[in-house]
Amino acid sequence: MSASGPVVLRLFIAGPGARSQRTVESVRRICETHLPGRHELEIVDIYQQPALAERDGVLAAPILLRVAPLPVRRIAGDLQDEGRVLRALDLAPAEEA
Amino acid sequence: MPDAQPEPHAAPTLPKAPTGIDGFDAITQGGLPVGRPSLICGAAGCGKTLFATTFLVNGATRYGEPGVFVSFEERAEDLVANVASLGYDLDRLVADGKLAIDHVRVERSEIEETGEYDLEGLFIRLGYAVDSIGAKRVVLDTIETLFSGFTDPLLLRSELRRLFGWIKDRGLTAIITGERGEGQLTRQGLEEYVSDCVVLLDNRVADQITTRRLRVVKYRGSAHGTNEYPFLIDHAGISVLPVTSAELDYAVSDGVIASGIAGLDAMLGPGGFYRGSSILVSGESGTGKSMLAASFADAACRRGERCMAFVFEESGAQIVRNARSIGLGLQGHVEAGLLRFEAARPSLFGLEMHLARMHRDLDAFRPDVVVVDPVSALRGSTSELQATLLRMIDLLKARGITAVFTSLRTEGAVDPGDDLGVSSLMDAWIKLLNVEANGERSRTLYVIKARGMSHSHQVREFLMSGEGIRLVDAYIGPAGVLTGTARLAQEAQERAAMLRRRQDAERRSRDAVRRRQAIERQIAELREGLEAVADEERLLHDEDSLREAVLEEDRREMQARRVTAQGSASGAASGTAPGAPRGAAKRAAE
Repeated sequence: MSASGPVVLRLFIAGPGARSQRTVESVRRICETHLPGRHELEIVDIYQQPALAERDGVLAAPILLRVAPLPVRRIAGDLQDEGRVLRALDLAPAEEA
Repeated sequence: MPDAQPEPHAAPTLPKAPTGIDGFDAITQGGLPVGRPSLICGAAGCGKTLFATTFLVNGATRYGEPGVFVSFEERAEDLVANVASLGYDLDRLVADGKLAIDHVRVERSEIEETGEYDLEGLFIRLGYAVDSIGAKRVVLDTIETLFSGFTDPLLLRSELRRLFGWIKDRGLTAIITGERGEGQLTRQGLEEYVSDCVVLLDNRVADQITTRRLRVVKYRGSAHGTNEYPFLIDHAGISVLPVTSAELDYAVSDGVIASGIAGLDAMLGPGGFYRGSSILVSGESGTGKSMLAASFADAACRRGERCMAFVFEESGAQIVRNARSIGLGLQGHVEAGLLRFEAARPSLFGLEMHLARMHRDLDAFRPDVVVVDPVSALRGSTSELQATLLRMIDLLKARGITAVFTSLRTEGAVDPGDDLGVSSLMDAWIKLLNVEANGERSRTLYVIKARGMSHSHQVREFLMSGEGIRLVDAYIGPAGVLTGTARLAQEAQERAAMLRRRQDAERRSRDAVRRRQAIERQIAELREGLEAVADEERLLHDEDSLREAVLEEDRREMQARRVTAQGSASGAASGTAPGAPRGAAKRAAE
């Protein structure tokens, strides 16, 4: 991926449950591994900020949004499969970058 | 009717939330179940969204129950624009905090899925919207759209089940809409989850005419009308027609109202028709049906009553103009708000839609008198037509409305039961007939029947002029019934004959007078003669008495003379006839 700017990600989780924790860890790991220093990650708890969920049209949780670069991409689920997450985000694995 | 009508007082144990949709609340005896989700399903374009919106708007404006509209298909702006034509101002309701609209965008293949997830976002958004305005009502339109956005149907189903449970827990009265699917009510079988109340909307086309129908498929814990009911969507919103209430238990009135035609009222025992009765006016084209109905309407408005005319062949303005030619000022009644025309081509809607429209208009305008002109313009199969008219009559009777139906009889239809088979449903039947004779047509009128009153069985001639409609007794004589010029000719003949008879009588009486006068004159003459004879008689009598007196005098003179002459002529005294010579001598001496 030709990085013209930082990759902006926004992760919506529903409460502090085990699945939310798992998802947050997974996303953090992927970001640090494959996008070191060129990503912004925002984590939103939809219970705390329902207005943000509404703004971004979030239904499923957890869900990861790639806000930039456009177009917006959405990946629902607990994001344990690193390969699928990268493919879905249209990001090349770090080894190849 | 094989209709499982609900018991009117079947203890309403289940609390209901009124939808405010005319007719629907009647069918369901109160509305949708409170605190539960109800499913409204049907094919595209059958009015699901509108039904749901009406439920929310009425809840917010009439019943003090704010509502949340979660739209999975239309954007909020589109929804607002779409229902604005019905007079719903959603923006104002939103501004007033009575309504919240949340557009949930679901696009196919936009979302990748990896690992487990749930729809907590939807729950939170819904909960957020509900809490923000204290909503009691919720609409999810159309929740099945979720199935195109997410690929895991098992997960979706469990989430939907959880959602409906959540709605119940929150005590929200909800409408879930669903698209009609193959072989089942909805594509995703939502009816399995929303099992409390299921309403099916349908939009059927027959003979290029669309009829919307509604059926309550299921209503757990409540009796409900089970038939298909036609419903109507137009500028006044949705109205459902609970048409099957064919119970003959309406209140009857002994009140009598005039028809506006004095001659017609005079043919009826009480001097008019009973209030609330149904009157059929049948006849061929040009027999004056519409004008008779117009007279009826005019009379009602003159009494200050409200009259509504459903016209199928002419516009209201045209009827007003035509009625002016017989001296009826209907325009004034229209302007005074007493008379309203509802004109529509019969082919515009199906029969049931006409009925539904009529139902709504009747309840809105609340007329005392209704004119349907002509009822025969409604087209359909005979059985359907008859059922429609039956319901129409029921509709009117239940409201105590006096109705005048005109019906066109086609030329040559000799079958007396040809009047759509409705003549038996009608309380009174006036038949207008054109009589053709002597090269002219004249209008005649019969009262075929009038329930509950005596009425004339005779034909009347029906005359329309600038002074209105007038009924004239037709001439009935040895030559049969005569109308028109023949009647006039006959009347002229009768007048001439009467004149002749009168002249004869006068002449005879003059003759008699003359004869009497002649006899009186004769009597007078005879009396004069009599008097003359009497005079003569008196005269003769006088002469006789005079002569007697003279003779007496003579005799006395003679005697006196005899006494003196006795001495000298003693012998003469012994003579045989002493009188005669003495008389002669006397006369000679005189």
